[in-house]
Amino acid sequence: MIGLEKRPTPSRAWSYATPFLAVALTVIAGGLMFAALGKDPVAAIRTIFYDPLFDPQFAAYSRPQLLVKAGPLILIATGLALGFRAGVWNIGAEGQYIIGALTGAAVGLALYPAETRAIFPLMVLAGALGGWVWAMIPAILKTRFNTNEILVSLLLVYVAENLLASMAVGRLRNPEGGGFPGSRNLSQWDAAKNPELVAGTGMHWGVVAAFIAVIFAYILLNRHLAGFHIKLAGQAPRAARFAGVNPARLVVFCLGMSGALAGLAGIFEVTGPAGQISIDFNVGYGFTAIIVAFLGRLHPVGIALAGLLMALTYIGGELASFMLGIPAAAIQAFQGMLLFFLLAVDVLTNYRIRLGHREVAR
Amino acid sequence: MDLSAISATLLVASLMVAATPILLAALGELIVEKAGVLNLGVEGMMITGAICGFATAVETGNPVLGFAAAALGGAMLSLVFGVLTQIFLSNQVATGLALTLFGLGLSSLLGQGYVGIKPPSTARLDLGPLSDLPFVGRVVFGHDWVVYLSLFLVVATWYFLRRTRAGLKLRAVGESHHAAHALGLKVRAVRLCAIAFGGAMAGLGGAYLSLVRVPQWTEGMTAGAGWIALAIVVFSSWRPGGVLLGAYLFGGVTVLQLNLQAAGVALPVEYLSMSPYLITIAVLVVMSARGSKRSLGAPADLGKQFHATH
Amino acid sequence: MSLLLDLHGLTKAYPGVVANDDVSFEIARGQVHALLGENGAGKSTLVKMIYGLVRPDAGRMILDGDAHAPDSPLAARDAGVAMVFQHFSLFDALDVAENIALGMSDPSPMRDLAQRIRTVSRDYGLPLDPGRIVGDLSAGERQRVEIVRCLLQSPRLLIMDEPTSVLTPQEVEILFATLRKLAAEGTAILYISHKLEEIRALCDAATILRLGRVVGRCDPRDASASELAEMMVGSALAAPARPAHEPGETVLEVTDLSLPPAHAFGTPLRGIGFTLSKGEVLGIGGVAGNGQDELLAALSGERLSPPGSVRMGGRDLSRLAPEARRKLGLLAAPEERLGHAAAPDMSLTENALLSGHIRKGLARRGFIDWSKARHFARDVIAAFDVRTPNESVAARALSGGNLQKFVIGREILQAPDILVVNQPTWGVDASAAAAIRQALLDLAQGGAAVIVISQDLDELMEISDRFAALNEGRLSAPVPAASLDVERIGLMLGGAHDLEVAHDTGDGAGIFERTKMKQAAR
Repeated sequence: MIGLEKRPTPSRAWSYATPFLAVALTVIAGGLMFAALGKDPVAAIRTIFYDPLFDPQFAAYSRPQLLVKAGPLILIATGLALGFRAGVWNIGAEGQYIIGALTGAAVGLALYPAETRAIFPLMVLAGALGGWVWAMIPAILKTRFNTNEILVSLLLVYVAENLLASMAVGRLRNPEGGGFPGSRNLSQWDAAKNPELVAGTGMHWGVVAAFIAVIFAYILLNRHLAGFHIKLAGQAPRAARFAGVNPARLVVFCLGMSGALAGLAGIFEVTGPAGQISIDFNVGYGFTAIIVAFLGRLHPVGIALAGLLMALTYIGGELASFMLGIPAAAIQAFQGMLLFFLLAVDVLTNYRIRLGHREVAR
Repeated sequence: MDLSAISATLLVASLMVAATPILLAALGELIVEKAGVLNLGVEGMMITGAICGFATAVETGNPVLGFAAAALGGAMLSLVFGVLTQIFLSNQVATGLALTLFGLGLSSLLGQGYVGIKPPSTARLDLGPLSDLPFVGRVVFGHDWVVYLSLFLVVATWYFLRRTRAGLKLRAVGESHHAAHALGLKVRAVRLCAIAFGGAMAGLGGAYLSLVRVPQWTEGMTAGAGWIALAIVVFSSWRPGGVLLGAYLFGGVTVLQLNLQAAGVALPVEYLSMSPYLITIAVLVVMSARGSKRSLGAPADLGKQFHATH
Repeated sequence: MSLLLDLHGLTKAYPGVVANDDVSFEIARGQVHALLGENGAGKSTLVKMIYGLVRPDAGRMILDGDAHAPDSPLAARDAGVAMVFQHFSLFDALDVAENIALGMSDPSPMRDLAQRIRTVSRDYGLPLDPGRIVGDLSAGERQRVEIVRCLLQSPRLLIMDEPTSVLTPQEVEILFATLRKLAAEGTAILYISHKLEEIRALCDAATILRLGRVVGRCDPRDASASELAEMMVGSALAAPARPAHEPGETVLEVTDLSLPPAHAFGTPLRGIGFTLSKGEVLGIGGVAGNGQDELLAALSGERLSPPGSVRMGGRDLSRLAPEARRKLGLLAAPEERLGHAAAPDMSLTENALLSGHIRKGLARRGFIDWSKARHFARDVIAAFDVRTPNESVAARALSGGNLQKFVIGREILQAPDILVVNQPTWGVDASAAAAIRQALLDLAQGGAAVIVISQDLDELMEISDRFAALNEGRLSAPVPAASLDVERIGLMLGGAHDLEVAHDTGDGAGIFERTKMKQAAR
């Protein structure tokens, strides 16, 4: 029988190797899934992972999309990872993302059609604040009443989605839009737009913010006591209290950070790639970011890489759907599988697989 | 606005229908959590059950087979969670989330060809003269068999947990897996069984949505029902009776807001639609503010990883 | 007496350590057989093999003429082997009857079972109410649940693993009476302990283990305590030097410290008051679960207490967080090494940083100086002889004794003015324990005030200047340790604060005698 034996010290080698192993296993399992759907698995995998970057026909369009899609994922995942490290489970980033977009857009639209440079920064601030406030709801309920933050933050996503729908057809609707739902197009308003900074790269302010967040999180986690306390609280809550970590403050900090970053992602999206508030403005970045955070092993640099990979599956998925008729849902299942495999192979970091009869140390 | 259009009879009757999917899923999760496992994948298992049940019912023309397939599908998916958390010792929160994300993708993949179809209908149970009684006949005796099954399962769950040795063992495993292991209980096996049961129940709940409540298949149709089921387990203080109460309260709120929407209340539809979620949050807050974990009845080892070290 | 269990050549190896090496001995019916050895001698592994939790690599067991090779506790129970665990195998949220039913192979229906529990527990002098929730019981009562669970199965062999570590001396006497009655009825008892005086009082055969091997057999009633001690430890130990102590100025004042329980089955603190002076060691005894963790948390700052309840040199600490208290010189080392005093998966460097960054200046404006932290970790490792390859290994990779030395050393090297430790030598081998005790005494010698919370009375007698007892969250008035005998300590632990009244337990003198013998053995 196969048994597991706890390693005395977590294996560093495996902790780097497991994401790659998980990706490899997912590619194999995904190939089987595509084959089951009646598609050529090799062509499907190639279309998802290779063509968006290197195919002469598509790369020109696809490559910039990589940063466009990775930006919000990395921004949100970096914030989530801080919380996940501390054992604070914010899984409502999707809601904070929506609210950030709404508050940011609302502030901008209130000033329409003024043309001053202050508008865009003001909107960005309002977006971060909106996401922060939305995340403070579970934070305060957790610290005041010990209410489960997982459920509250998640349920608030549905509330946010309804708010979004109501705003898109109500207060924020474009008065010149002929009665169609959706706000004015912010990306066509110079004072509020979040443009592509370098032509043909997809780089916009949200991507810049994402990389600043990665660097900030890296320093926080590796060089600063606050980051040390975050890790400590997640690994050994009692030891954290002994060290002097205030659990309530930690919950507020982690939820606040992840909420603000998700809100930022929302406002950068609505002023740039999306352009306007619409009923289906959100596309699930807040949930995919959870996968990104884990795939990046909750490490900022890992998250940056994982965000790019996940963005690739989005773009490649669209391409595969366009070229091979692979349903978009298959890509979603593919992403879910990736997380499963990652969680499964993670065991190798802390445990050694041993063949032989079942018996472990005293 | 015409509130008189809302009939009390219909309201209560449809309340029971609205509550049934959540009641089933929450009962399953109750057993899972009593065994010390926190499976956040209820939403994913429900929606997988919804499509498995729907597809099978459409293909065979038999809704009962549909429900069976839904239970099987939910249980299979839950065992992915079971294997990952119990054998590969992965984090339960993360794995549960993965299950939900995967379930949502898988279900829309499976449901490609089933959008816009009507499923075979699940007949009301004919209880003879009982169904003809005024008010009570329509409210209590006018439902399909799944509603009665769910009510029976409330009692069965209570009996299992409180009165059987297997139920005692399950609770023991959830209270302290180390003590249970020292006494020779099979912690992993008990938990895997509980997880599979939870998956089957979530699958049934999902199928009730797609086959009876709505009844058709749309992507993401569970719309947070799985998460509400999780909240109801907290609300119930881990008691089957509490699950029934919570599910029916939630069903009442849902039905009421739908009726208010239909009656044209001067509130935007979106605000009415978000009310069940807000009320669920409010209830969670009230429950958690009321007391410590133990007085609420949460199993002591809920969500903790178990690795036998001797 | 006829032979019941014959163990022959039992061997069990784990990676890197041979837990049992060719262990053989016999247990007769009605015999109380002692299994004696230090922590880590292999006692636990041996009984786990008999109880079906661990399978031997080699060797055989014969129980009453039949081969005994249980593959699970269930099989062992069916063969007539019952076991009372050192760390309870109980479920706090379930009631007594449910707990007992869980440990039985084929329990009778609940109503009959409740009746049987009442009868059996009364017959053996261990009264129990089957309907009570186990989490609300005292440590002694909880042990009764375990014992009654075993008795209901009418076992042929009863294994007791360190049963007295959670009992007051008076409760120990009750337990011994029960065990003698059982033995008289023909039940064999395998009694595991490292407490010599208990074994001499109770057992009629002894097998001594050291490093997994049988190193001696004797009749403990004939052997002297010092002979037993020598066989067990293998060499004589140096007792810590304890110079006389002149009371200095008062550094810590605790007045009317009360706290509600931290969790459902926790203990409240009730009006605790004492003072502590420079250079003094205050020993706080008490049976597990009487408020030890809570007292340490209130002193370390993990839990805040009512204003004015904890004062250090006239300054009110009661509302200060742990870090602020450390800055002022009040340090602590909790009982639970893994998960409380240290983070299991973090390196020793990170664990050094955990409590040391303020006093050792390991962070500047929040930014960590990792090389300084590494140096501090290395200093602790060197000064306290912590056996580890380097400071980058995870805390969980260290043995209990080594990690304990690291944890205590980490606090001592920060030069505290006041140090509070809980169970400083729990589960630590004898030489490491002696080193830790000596370090605490040296610290006090250097002028610091030390509070040692411990369940080991011998340890407290050895190092304390004054002694106080915790009982259900109350602290008795501290008295000079030199004036105490074990009987009085027992009464203090049991909550009888008025020492003049109590003088009725017939066997008290017996305990006293045995302690004197033990002291002679050291």
